[in-house]
Amino acid sequence: MGVTGSALLDVDRIRRDFPVLERRLGDDRPLVYLDNSATSLTPSPVVDAMATYYNEYNANVHRGLHQLSQEASIAYEDAHDAVAEFIGADGREEVIFTKNTTESLNLVAYSWGLEHLGPGDEVVITEMEHHAALVTWQQIARRTGATLRYIGLTDDGRLDMSSASERIGDDTAVVSAVHVSNTLGTVNPVDDLVDMAHEHDAIAVIDGAQAVPMRPVDVGSMDADFYAFSGHKMLGPTGIGVLYGKEELLQRLEPFLYGGSMIEKVTFDESRWNELPWKFEAGTPPIAEGIGLHRAVDYLESIGMDRIQRHEEALVSYALERFDALDDVEVYGPRDPATRGGLLAFNLETVHPHDLAQVMNDFAVAIRAGDHCTQPLHDRLDITASARASFYVYNQPSDIDVLIDGIDAARELFIA
Amino acid sequence: MDLGSDIYRQQILDHYRNPRNHGSLEEPTFTHEGENTMCGDLIEMDVELDDDDVITSVAFRGDGCAISQASASMLTERLIGMSLEEVDALDRDDMIDMLGVEISPMRVKCAVLAEKVVQDGADIHRGKIDLDRTNLDDS
Ligand SMILES: Cc1ncc(COP(=O)(O)O)c(C=O)c1O
Repeated sequence: MGVTGSALLDVDRIRRDFPVLERRLGDDRPLVYLDNSATSLTPSPVVDAMATYYNEYNANVHRGLHQLSQEASIAYEDAHDAVAEFIGADGREEVIFTKNTTESLNLVAYSWGLEHLGPGDEVVITEMEHHAALVTWQQIARRTGATLRYIGLTDDGRLDMSSASERIGDDTAVVSAVHVSNTLGTVNPVDDLVDMAHEHDAIAVIDGAQAVPMRPVDVGSMDADFYAFSGHKMLGPTGIGVLYGKEELLQRLEPFLYGGSMIEKVTFDESRWNELPWKFEAGTPPIAEGIGLHRAVDYLESIGMDRIQRHEEALVSYALERFDALDDVEVYGPRDPATRGGLLAFNLETVHPHDLAQVMNDFAVAIRAGDHCTQPLHDRLDITASARASFYVYNQPSDIDVLIDGIDAARELFIA
Repeated sequence: MDLGSDIYRQQILDHYRNPRNHGSLEEPTFTHEGENTMCGDLIEMDVELDDDDVITSVAFRGDGCAISQASASMLTERLIGMSLEEVDALDRDDMIDMLGVEISPMRVKCAVLAEKVVQDGADIHRGKIDLDRTNLDDS
């Protein structure tokens, strides 16, 4: 079938780095992990890098004169440099380590939003936002009296750019948009959205949780003001996320969390903030996780983000081809594999996605079922939930064949 | 087919595909509706009582996963002839016994939705509680 061999990665080799893929589940079936949009698996080099920190130079950062602390500090700071280079930022000053995408977006909304928004201002987001952005801006708008406005969608699940031009105007203070939708898979034209925001003197905040793992991202050429993503979706550990911010904006921005490490000088009356990015990293940061994320970035770069993008596209086009042959399955989002990320949300006729996921589990296939933290989008699609398969560097066409077997089995159980 | 977990026993599938007492009653004594918002399971039940508050007929309609719909169908069969006190005494374990399969913690809400709907409906009918609709994700 339509899998072009050359577009695919050397999956057999990559899989050797992921011991969890050796697991057999249920009645001795090999694990087929298709829940990568929720969290990716972690390769041994990442686990090893974190173990090395704990086994060899376990110490706090920034504050110790002893050797271990110096080693830990250098490794943790280097991780910022590596991430900066990976996403095209100007340097570590622009890379803040947080807990996850959600915290990164909250940091922007609280620090920038509470200070700059007020009645008469508009926050423009999209109908396909993840709750991480949608709920956050909803609350900040409520607290500041700003108005929340939504960019609508086309019938095939892309952003309606004429709606975007209508919504983004002189009252717009922030445009916050998801780069790759975690439900529709849509790759949004973020460069255009950033330009539209800037034409109206608004800032542009991009949720890159699904984009950074799957395709080359260059925040510099995109010109985004803030860009958020999570380590655990890009082969890194849980507990670490990134907020990229333009240096000049971060310089002027008030901190989100206060405490140790983020200060330069404290008296009983006042405090002066530390330099970037530490001003935004209060308290003991995710040290092992930062080191793990650094290793994950190296791992992704050794494969090459261009090649990962082509691999994702090849898997999605094979999946679309197989799904197209099933007339009782509805797939959401754009049809063109070149404009979508490596994930597919779908429904099998009236079968509830939870039932589908449970049957998949019998095939040792891990998929997600539910609303994927995009409830308003599901309302817009007029469904309560969907099933979602998402692919990554270790997935292969045969994983999609097993997925289709699972759908066939569910059909036999619940419909036939 | 040989599947690892047998949560979808023949009995459950049979009730899911051919629900018993499906539809609505002409003159229900009370009607009540409930949902699991997170899952999107929905059950609406009509109940008719005789003068002694014993259930004489039941009908339900709904939408959702096989567990929620099959357990509603099975429950309606058991409800006929029950007094409201007996309905009060139903609990989670009764529902799980009735289904006859292991229910993972994630799916317990699906299994007990119909039971909560009829119990809340009976309580509202007797003026014990004031509630618009049952929502298991609120509790
Ligand atoms: C598009 C998008 N935004 C935000 C998030 C939230 O990520 P996290 O849970 O790591 O904060 C996710 C992942 O669930 C996502 O897919």
